[in-house]
Amino acid sequence: MAAVQGGMGDADIKTDIKTEPSADGFGNNNANDGRVLSASPGSSSSTGSNKQTAPVTPEDQQTLLAVLQFLKKNKLTESVEILRREAGLPENSLDPKANESAGAGSGGAAGIVDLEGGDASSLLSRVTGSSSAGAQAPTKVAEDQPDVSVVLSAYSQQGDPTLYKVYYRDLKKFIETVLDCHRAELSQVFYPLFVHMYLELVYNNHESEAKAFFEKFSGDQECYYEEDLRILSGLTKKEHMRGNETLLDFRTSKFVLRISRDSYQLLKRHLQERQNNQIWNIIQEHLYIDIFDGMPRSKSQIDAMSGSLAGEAKREANKTKVYYGLLKEPEIELPLDDEDEEAENEEGKPKKKKPKKDSVGSKSKKQDPNAPSQNRIPLPELKDSDKLDKIMYMKEATKRIRLGPDNLPSVCFYTFLNAYQGLTAVDLTDDSSLIAGGFADSTVRVWSVTPKKLRKVKSAADLNLIDKESDDVLERIMDEKTASESKIMYGHSGPVYGISFSPDRNYLLSSSEDGTVRLWSLLTFTCLVAYKGHNYPVWDTQFSPYGYYFVSGGHDRVARLWATDHYQPLRIFSGHLADITCTRFHPNSNYVATGSSDRTIRLWDVLSGNCVRIFTGHKGPIHSLAFSPNGKFLASGATDGRVLLWDIGHGLMVGELKGHTDTIYSLRFSRDGEILASGSMDNTVRLWDAMKAFDDLETDDFTAATGHIHLQDNSQELLLGTYTTKSTPVIHLHFTRRNLLLAAGAFNP
Amino acid sequence: MTERRFAEVSRESVRLMAEGAGVELGDDVAALLAEDVCYRLREATQSSSQFMRHAKRRKLTVEDFNRALRWSNVEAICGYGAQDALPFRSVKEGELFFVEDRDVNLVELALATNIPKGCAETMVRVNVSYLDGKGNLEPQGTVPTAVQSLSDDLLKYYQQITRAILGEDPHLMKVALLDLQSNSKIAALLPYFVYVISGVKSVSHDLEQLNRLMHMVKSLVQNPYLYLGSYVRSLVSSVMYCILEPLAASINPLNDHWTLRDYAALLLSHIFWTHGDLVSGLYHQILLSLQKVLSDPVRPLCSHYGAVVGLHALGWKAVERVLFPHLPAYWANLQAVLDDYSVSNAQVKADGHKVYGAILVAVERLLKMKALSLSQSAEGQSGAHPGSVVGAVSYRVNSPGLSPPPEPLSEAALGIASHLQVGGAGCHWEEWTPVPLPAMYCELYSFFGDSLAVRFSTGTGFGTHSPCTPSQLSDSRKEPPGPASNLDTTRKMPQLTANLNISPRQDGSPRTDPPPPSLSGPGSRSRSSSSCSRQRSAGLSREVFPKARFTSPQTTPPAFSFLIGGRQMGQRCQGRRPFQTMFATTPPVSAIPPRTYAHKLPVIGRVGKPVRRWTCSHYSLHLPL
Repeated sequence: MAAVQGGMGDADIKTDIKTEPSADGFGNNNANDGRVLSASPGSSSSTGSNKQTAPVTPEDQQTLLAVLQFLKKNKLTESVEILRREAGLPENSLDPKANESAGAGSGGAAGIVDLEGGDASSLLSRVTGSSSAGAQAPTKVAEDQPDVSVVLSAYSQQGDPTLYKVYYRDLKKFIETVLDCHRAELSQVFYPLFVHMYLELVYNNHESEAKAFFEKFSGDQECYYEEDLRILSGLTKKEHMRGNETLLDFRTSKFVLRISRDSYQLLKRHLQERQNNQIWNIIQEHLYIDIFDGMPRSKSQIDAMSGSLAGEAKREANKTKVYYGLLKEPEIELPLDDEDEEAENEEGKPKKKKPKKDSVGSKSKKQDPNAPSQNRIPLPELKDSDKLDKIMYMKEATKRIRLGPDNLPSVCFYTFLNAYQGLTAVDLTDDSSLIAGGFADSTVRVWSVTPKKLRKVKSAADLNLIDKESDDVLERIMDEKTASESKIMYGHSGPVYGISFSPDRNYLLSSSEDGTVRLWSLLTFTCLVAYKGHNYPVWDTQFSPYGYYFVSGGHDRVARLWATDHYQPLRIFSGHLADITCTRFHPNSNYVATGSSDRTIRLWDVLSGNCVRIFTGHKGPIHSLAFSPNGKFLASGATDGRVLLWDIGHGLMVGELKGHTDTIYSLRFSRDGEILASGSMDNTVRLWDAMKAFDDLETDDFTAATGHIHLQDNSQELLLGTYTTKSTPVIHLHFTRRNLLLAAGAFNP
Repeated sequence: MTERRFAEVSRESVRLMAEGAGVELGDDVAALLAEDVCYRLREATQSSSQFMRHAKRRKLTVEDFNRALRWSNVEAICGYGAQDALPFRSVKEGELFFVEDRDVNLVELALATNIPKGCAETMVRVNVSYLDGKGNLEPQGTVPTAVQSLSDDLLKYYQQITRAILGEDPHLMKVALLDLQSNSKIAALLPYFVYVISGVKSVSHDLEQLNRLMHMVKSLVQNPYLYLGSYVRSLVSSVMYCILEPLAASINPLNDHWTLRDYAALLLSHIFWTHGDLVSGLYHQILLSLQKVLSDPVRPLCSHYGAVVGLHALGWKAVERVLFPHLPAYWANLQAVLDDYSVSNAQVKADGHKVYGAILVAVERLLKMKALSLSQSAEGQSGAHPGSVVGAVSYRVNSPGLSPPPEPLSEAALGIASHLQVGGAGCHWEEWTPVPLPAMYCELYSFFGDSLAVRFSTGTGFGTHSPCTPSQLSDSRKEPPGPASNLDTTRKMPQLTANLNISPRQDGSPRTDPPPPSLSGPGSRSRSSSSCSRQRSAGLSREVFPKARFTSPQTTPPAFSFLIGGRQMGQRCQGRRPFQTMFATTPPVSAIPPRTYAHKLPVIGRVGKPVRRWTCSHYSLHLPL
């Protein structure tokens, strides 16, 4: 019986895989995306009308069908119509499929398809809920029940509960006796097998057997799974399985293992000889074994890459080409008035300046072969003020200090005193003139860290009186009476977890526990927009380096890409198995990186909405990300106190920096990328030699092709310095344009 | 659960709670409920921990827990949000544990006088953290001073040296200064020493400290491994401070600030001769500031004294350009001081005599050097007497084969222009034209009368660089009492002071081009030979130093004749001309090496050992009565 079912499951997986590419080729999704993005920035077109469907990311066709079915079941006929029209599905497409999936609901393995659909629909229903507020409550209730039962139905098969221990012990004994080179690889199956066997026991109401099983074998698991095991150990009743998020994560995704062909054959032969169908079934159903040809990996290689909630990333997940190069900087002519000003200040200087400027210009003229095309995603046009800022930036850049192991930066620490409200997020403007703090009491506060005070724009009545033709109109619109060192902005109804300045310093974004992202004007110090969509706590948000776009991610496990003039997201990046804890834009604005509690980092293509990289290796939730200034590398910091370095182009882990003893909340590369600074909960800022870390790489073709990396343990060599604060967790780091390191945190007596 | 992995809610607790709510529960129900409650609690705790993590805290708060409850559609628990821990109490009899929750008397609270203060404003403050050279973190909360970025060894050296020099032990000081003078590895410390030295202003009451700092300057200047660069300017300004400023220490007449000024002036010349090329235009800036002090009648006499010795130290050209043109104007003021015999003026008068003496020394040298330079420039026309005015000086010095480097006039002009840009103060040397020697002598004689003449007559000859034996020196220092000075008996006796002027070259200007090569080089040869030629004219001393091996390249004997027209010192230029002194040509001395002089020169006063770097030294001991 079990064998038959296993076969069914196998077949179903195959179909599942087959449908994936066809779904990618589904023209309507891309067309849809293209239309939204091509709506040129600044002109808010009528995209708002297609509330529900515009944000649909490329899901496979079956997901779409599942969504349709779900909507239909809940009698949202209007939505069904709209969605079908948008997706370009024929009217009758729903019926046969619906029958099929309805029929499959009872059959064990087929549930997987449905479950994916169900998962997606649950995510989507959250989106839907926001736009049609009335529908939220019913959907939520309706969604949970059938969904989970479908998920859990995968466990309906049942072996003899008393034999589970025997099966597992047999396998353990076998793996312990195989050749050393295979043992490490085969040991990978212990953890997922253990979890699934335990869950099966619990699901089938064998509580005492489950407990005994857990006690006997939980000690064998790798220490980095401890957190998950603790959650699992609390789960002893079938009723509790319902609504347990961790469990849901485990069930909805296949645990990915990478095993060499030899090792896999060994395992397969053993299980077939022993007629150990129980275990074989689990492997077939719940594990994805990514078989590769070549030498088996060593224990350290495996440990480096494992630790995520769903195992390692599939190799093909990281095969897509990523255009990690930087965009060509627009050539900016030095405006005449600027030169005059220069001439006033220091005679003879402008002559010197000019050739310099040219050389800077020529550097950026060279097109990076790895860069995306300039208009791959539409970027906002530069305003005059942006150009001035760029010029300021270039001027500052010429005065930049070249950092290195012998030339470490000093740290300027911005301490938030009397922050009894609880400082939860900090950001600094690129020119280091403003600092903003998000607080647990829902306030957002902005300080000026230069002598220039913060001023509001005059009231509308007063603005009418201003001579609009005057040259200093920008100065005249400011109200001197409102000048102060700091401003407080009220609007959120929960702790502000993420905060980000726009590159032009006119706006500020804040994301909060209340499920909204708010856009604030730094001219009036009022809220302009509240972007609703997440509906669950939004853990992080960040502006694109070119402005206009921003990304947010939160508890609902999706990251959303927004444009400031659209109140609906342009893209929804879904795929993480747990909360998205941090979001970062790639310097070229074409990609978004997200770190998650599922201990993976994903890189998303803004254009297509696809996930193009999955990085695994962290053993705890990821709380900080940083792209290197050249766009080639990514650094990530997690609760495990480690910083991992990733090569985006090759999709490889390239370094591990150990030293911190607590969560790393902040990472930042120096302006030229020579130094990586990390700030942690352990009250230290550490500096790492990024140049050395990246230079020592041996990215030969073999490593790149197999993804098997050899990490040297050279953290101590790479650690250049440690700065300790008195009792202030470091929650933000920033390099000024001249490469002075700024850090921020709240004094925690 | 059998194993105690987690905190548990026992079934008894559940039953008690149910009873509290008025529900009777069976055992099995209570057990199931207890287990479920445990699970739910754990779940809520787990999800609340992520609120804690995102709030970047280590402590889980009630607020976090409530948020987790709220997001899982459970009612939040109110009343536990207090910041401080809630006391947990037990009642023995009922085996009950509960949170202390006292009634609050609202009336009392409302009428309470100790109204709690609002908490302080949230604010952002900056402090700087930085690493030392070895990557260790420096203690925080201190403003980073430059010293702290030095390596430990250097820092220790710096502390030891400054402590030794500024400390009490003279022996230690000497050792420290010697080391400072020869240590090749202290380049990094130079800014800090310069900084210490710039502290002269804060110790102007302490002569001893000032002296020590000046010694420090000397050591630094003499250290051949140090490149002073632009720090020269700072050093010079510290030295100038000691020369010119009316120091707090000089209020007390018992304090010998004169010596300090002399020493500082010596140091100034020292710096200029060796490092004057490092900062362009500095020479002229200094001249200007000296001139300013001199022309400012409000300044105390000690400042004027400083200006005079400063000018003297900078060379006879400086004296000629600044002091000489100023003399007529200044003389009136000085005369007034010297002529005031009131008791209250005694101290000022004494100071006036100091200035008088300093001026005398300066102009004496000016005359000597001027005559020498003229004679040299007029070489080839030997025998000609350019100044044939009555009462003028006639001179003839023959020094074939030797000509001093031409005076860098062009540079001087540039310097003037630059200082005019900076200061803009009116000065005389714009229209300054060299006064012919005879006229100069005339004028000077009108001021000093015979004291000038006596000094020339008692010397070993005009143009010598005082290869005087001590006896001669004391002779020459005996100033004939002028009508203004000898009548005053109440005047305090000034101390013996030493003036050292060291000029490696004869042009009388400080070095403005790269330093000459070492002694063995051709430059030194020419210098020694030139001084040799001067030496030869000092015939009287040839027996004193007979053992010279130096053979002069010169074949013709130098001829020298000098005529001094004396005039009794009187009212300005109206004095008589009572005598004339004629210097006969002295027979040439063929072989006297100047080095022997340098070696035999006595160490005078507080001047330390003679500086070896210069072959030719000129000491003049000056003892005004």
